Amino acid sequence: MNLVIARPEGLYCPAGDFYIDPWRPVERAVITHGHSDHARWGHAHYLAAEPCLGILKARLGHINVQGLPYGQTLEHHGVKLSFHPAGHVLGSAQVRLEVNGEVWVASGDYKTQYDPTCLPFEPVRCDTFITESTFGLPIYRWQDPTELFDQVNAWWRANAAQGRPSVLYCYAFGKAQRILASIDASIGPLIMHGAIEPLNRMYREQGVVLPETRYAGDVEDRTLAKTGLILAPPSASGSTWLRRFPDYAEAFASGWMQVRGNRRRRGIERGFALSDHADWPGLNWAIEQTGAQNVYVTHGATDVLVRYLRDKGLNAQIFKTEYGDEDDTPPASDDAASPAEDAS
Amino acid sequence: MKQFAALYESLDGMTANNARLAAVVDYLRNAPPEDAAWAVYFLAGGKPRQLVPTRLLRELAQELSGLPDWLFDECYHAVGDLAETIALVLPPPTHSVDIPLAQAMTQLLALRLLNPPQQQAELREMWQAMDRWQRLVSIKLITGSLRIGVSRLTVTRALAQIGKLDPKEVAQRLVGYTAGQAAPDASHYLALIAPPDETGAARGGQPYPFFLAHAYAQPLDVMAEQLGPSDHWQVEWKWDGIRAQLVKRAGEAWVWSRGEELVTDRFPELTAAGMYLPDGTVIDGEIVVWLQDRVAPFSILQQRIGRKNLTARILQQAPVVLLAYDLLEWQGQDWRQRPQRERRAQLQEVVAACNSPALSLSPLLIAPDWPAYAELRTQSRALGVEGLMLKAQAAQYGVGRTKDVGTWWKWKVDPYSIDAVLIYAQAGHGRRANLYTDYTFAVWDKPMGAPDRMLVPFAKAYSGLTDEEIRQVDALVRKTTVEKFGPVRSITPSQVFELGFEGIAASTRHKSGVAVRFPRILRWRHDKPLQEANTLADLQELLTPAQPPSSIA
Repeated sequence: MNLVIARPEGLYCPAGDFYIDPWRPVERAVITHGHSDHARWGHAHYLAAEPCLGILKARLGHINVQGLPYGQTLEHHGVKLSFHPAGHVLGSAQVRLEVNGEVWVASGDYKTQYDPTCLPFEPVRCDTFITESTFGLPIYRWQDPTELFDQVNAWWRANAAQGRPSVLYCYAFGKAQRILASIDASIGPLIMHGAIEPLNRMYREQGVVLPETRYAGDVEDRTLAKTGLILAPPSASGSTWLRRFPDYAEAFASGWMQVRGNRRRRGIERGFALSDHADWPGLNWAIEQTGAQNVYVTHGATDVLVRYLRDKGLNAQIFKTEYGDEDDTPPASDDAASPAEDAS
Repeated sequence: MKQFAALYESLDGMTANNARLAAVVDYLRNAPPEDAAWAVYFLAGGKPRQLVPTRLLRELAQELSGLPDWLFDECYHAVGDLAETIALVLPPPTHSVDIPLAQAMTQLLALRLLNPPQQQAELREMWQAMDRWQRLVSIKLITGSLRIGVSRLTVTRALAQIGKLDPKEVAQRLVGYTAGQAAPDASHYLALIAPPDETGAARGGQPYPFFLAHAYAQPLDVMAEQLGPSDHWQVEWKWDGIRAQLVKRAGEAWVWSRGEELVTDRFPELTAAGMYLPDGTVIDGEIVVWLQDRVAPFSILQQRIGRKNLTARILQQAPVVLLAYDLLEWQGQDWRQRPQRERRAQLQEVVAACNSPALSLSPLLIAPDWPAYAELRTQSRALGVEGLMLKAQAAQYGVGRTKDVGTWWKWKVDPYSIDAVLIYAQAGHGRRANLYTDYTFAVWDKPMGAPDRMLVPFAKAYSGLTDEEIRQVDALVRKTTVEKFGPVRSITPSQVFELGFEGIAASTRHKSGVAVRFPRILRWRHDKPLQEANTLADLQELLTPAQPPSSIA
């Protein structure tokens, strides 16, 4: 039985009559996480993992939303539904569905790397696994986060020694807080773009420990930035907002930075391949852990992952979705600032 | 190797020229001279011959990573760079060893002498001890494809800074440094930064840095105002050949191309002519194939260069001459600081005295004023030249693309242009990886209104669009893809572009029957309906019947 099918509105569970991360307004929406291509406006009822409520309310305002703690089961029209940590961002969840002993799991976005700001990905045994594939190519194998943050620290320290502000572009929700929780805050002050500081507050309210940050608009002492690490969304690149940081050095933290061409196209000096999505080994490990014989692949390098899994003897297929941006492209230089911003 | 890979990594990201310069200076200052010797070689664009076949590198990478062909291909298409793809898919290193660059080069160069299994065994061991950037750099060194985003001028300035020298002096010393299969060692490097040589005499077959021209694209009516009276200028045809210097010293003759490649062996006619020049003579000019008292199309010269063996037949079918236009050294003296008119006068005497059929003068064009020159320029196409060269009579011979001691202008004729339809696209490489930037264009095979009209591909073009336009075309390609053939997509024809190109020749190797030179996109004709794109007949009309045969039998 198909517990989930693809419909024009989004992934749909016919037995329970609800959608998972629908992209068009529906009656009942189950939300895996708070990025804007997964949590959209206009649904009548929302259901999400308890720790996801903070961001949903911050993003979507007054919505009719119900929270469910990780691991707790809710029964709806005979479908047993539970949320399990996906390790993507704070509050991100995989959705487990069970009907008459058959189990499907929809992963949403996930990663298998360590992230101090959210619970780690929890493999859930299932018959059918619906996986993302944003970085579904063997060229994407992330560096150990400790090593990577050492490099970020070294870059920041070298700039600070020269009195140059270090501007690091990163997605406002999730990536920014992961960076804050991982870098060496003793190097200098942490200065935040307006799109990021409110989310830091939300994280702290939920008990995530972040070092002290300052909203850029409140920083009156301009010399402070000379040794500072400035976090800003990619859309701030090239904007007049940066004028307050004379002679800044810039870098971009994104999984796409793994490939030189992507960084050079943006004309950015430094790229740190830091992603909140699973890399190739991560995707394959996660799929294996579920024990699923059937795999549906959503946004990303779908063709590649499907073919690879089929060659391994799994029953793999594509679910066409409107998550992420395009069929097979990393965000080109300007559209990282569009809705896809949150997805990558 | 670690330091050099780190230099490559930081230069790869830098956008500011002075930051690049500082990074190069910093590296060279701290490197032992034998490493610096190789670093300068690569920074200045030197490329050793390919040491291990690409196929073997790929096979080994697939074996080590366990990737099937198709998956490796997918990776390659996403990255757009083979060395980088391999560096990314190889399993993580097991340990780390730092071998100095010069020693690493010795190891790499030795690979060529090994058989394939030995090569694989060596590479396996090397890669195990290298991180991603070292692997990337080493593979690029092996394939001779290392390109570093540093201009030759930057390298020159870095060396000048280190040796406290005049950059012009360094430029002179650097000429030929990267030629052929050079294996630079510490003494070569130290010679680059040694205190200035008192005698000033050039050594061996060393040529001078070429003085390069700038494009002139101003309307005729401002020329007199900008350039002054036309009789202050030396005007010649702009030849479509290979820029070269003929050097004669100590009883020997050398021919250097503009790429600072020693090409003496390719042009025995010129070497022979050089033997009739007195020692201490250096002539700058253009190598062209000369047939029936006129310059032959560049394609013939190209075919001759492509031949491995220069048979008597080829020498007879495609004889070259050096069209001399400047004299850089005479009687062992550097003449570059003398005015153009003085150099030209002496050049005429030198060429006359040499009296060799392979050495002739690039004739001076004499006209009363700029409009008259403009009139002359219109004959360029018919004569097989690219336009006019304008050289100030009083100017010195500069270094590279500089303008401080005088300027050479190339005043080219407008390119041919054709409105063509975009039919295939392929993702680019390097910074254009993952973007559809390499396009194939077609024209209609029959006139408008003809039944079963088809589009025939005739040119590929990669340049001419803005970044914004590239993004738009990229989106369009993805949206209107009909079929994918590996990295190439065929699309539903919908867009017309104006293509420009420098030359056109009949060709049996192309489906369209013509081959065009330097095609590029002039503009996107949003205004033009598909049906109004040009036809094959329009292209054929551009083939001037007066042209001599455009291929060697």
